[in-house]
Amino acid sequence: MLSIKNLNKIYHTEEGDEVVALSDINLYVADKEFVCFIGPSGCGKTTLLRIIAGLEKPDSGTLTVNKEPIKGPGPDRGMVFQEYSLFPWRTVLKNITFSLELKKIPKIEREKIAREFLELVGLLEFADSYPHELSGGMKQRVAIARAMVNDPDVLLMDEPFGAVDAQTRNRLQHELLNIWEKKKKTVLFITHSVDEAVFLADKVVVFTARPGRIKEVISVDLPRPRERTSFEANAVREHLLASLGAEIQAAID
Amino acid sequence: MGQFLDVRERILELTSIVSAIIIWEIIARIINKNYLLPKFTEVVANFLKLASEGELYRDTITSLNFFAIGMGVAIAVGIPLGIMMGWFKTFDKAVDPIIEMIRPIPPLAWIPFAILWFGLTKYAAGFVIFVGAVFPILVNTYTGFRNTPRVLVESGMVLGCIKNRDLIFRIALPAALPSIATGVRVGMGVGWMCVVAAEMFGVSKYGIGWKIWHWNDLHHMDMVLTYMLVLGLIALVIDRLFRYIVQEWWLKWQTGVVV
Repeated sequence: MLSIKNLNKIYHTEEGDEVVALSDINLYVADKEFVCFIGPSGCGKTTLLRIIAGLEKPDSGTLTVNKEPIKGPGPDRGMVFQEYSLFPWRTVLKNITFSLELKKIPKIEREKIAREFLELVGLLEFADSYPHELSGGMKQRVAIARAMVNDPDVLLMDEPFGAVDAQTRNRLQHELLNIWEKKKKTVLFITHSVDEAVFLADKVVVFTARPGRIKEVISVDLPRPRERTSFEANAVREHLLASLGAEIQAAID
Repeated sequence: MGQFLDVRERILELTSIVSAIIIWEIIARIINKNYLLPKFTEVVANFLKLASEGELYRDTITSLNFFAIGMGVAIAVGIPLGIMMGWFKTFDKAVDPIIEMIRPIPPLAWIPFAILWFGLTKYAAGFVIFVGAVFPILVNTYTGFRNTPRVLVESGMVLGCIKNRDLIFRIALPAALPSIATGVRVGMGVGWMCVVAAEMFGVSKYGIGWKIWHWNDLHHMDMVLTYMLVLGLIALVIDRLFRYIVQEWWLKWQTGVVV
């Protein structure tokens, strides 16, 4: 459903130098697949996600979602950012109804839909709270609900749990999988954590150090719910760590 | 936002004010020259007399009328202009040099042209106040728009908020409100200062600023001081009122002190 062919992205620095951020990216993601992007810092995985979101343009290559070329941000792709991105002047409920307001859905109906999604992320009792009253993990759950309410085909997640503590993170991963199983979306999920990737993904895409290329794509054929410390999970994790370790070393050198 | 000073701080505040008044009264009595330093008791007596005669009410209404004209136009011009400059880079590049040329001119320097253009009317006084108030409002609106967090704009875009008009009114404007509120507040402070100068050239026989000059000409320094304190008192009330409105209604979503 998502197809990327021969995609390149070059940045121009103020000094006039060219920095190749992404080089010859080819990727196919099937419908309802959960894909994790992993790679050393600065390898361009966030850039790729932003290009898919329509927030940046590639220099060359083709990019289609459901065979439609991507021209800019669109309702078929939802995004959850790494930073807290809730609108601080809107209550939790009004954050979620934001996209529905733009679609001119009547107030009663859009609030009903929003409550449904709030329940999905377990925050119904916080409907009338303001974002500053929520913890980091709660904010990201609201952000997920806000992206989901638009009913996108693809959910793009840029290290959404990077800023929360380890225990909350484990819980959020469980919840995300629950939501994913209920709503059956295609998910592209950036992470720095091998553990997270092995726990969540159907497919892990490993990036090389700059210039960002796809080094390998690993399928994780483990049944869910996954045991984080099972023998099979450890085998995948070891493979990923070795693959990634070489790239991180390259990035440092 | 429920920030109550505790009782000890209240007592300290009160003690400080009362001591200042006592020291003032003592010094005034030692000097014993009304022309140099009127007594506190005299000022209070003046104040009560003016208030009971209704004179103070007319002066205050007159000054507030000028103030409202100036502030109203300053807000109506400053905020939209700040929004345009903050959001559209080309517009900013085109208009900014002109603004930067006019901005450093002190509002009082505009008085000759204010009279020339508007005559001795309330609009001339309002114009001087406008010149004082518009730039803080403009600059703070501009800054607020410029500092809209990128992640909020992009969040809006991926949620289907693409058009400039939607992005401005649904995202950048609410995000900039705290900054705009600060601009209006600073603008009100500067505008109120301009009231004295704006009334100096006699657009009305009433007005707090006018009365300061009037009593000064008559060498009634106790009256001058009375009106000075009224001027300060009204500024304080306006400022507190504005802060209250902003914090309780406008920016309830914000944590901590707003402006």
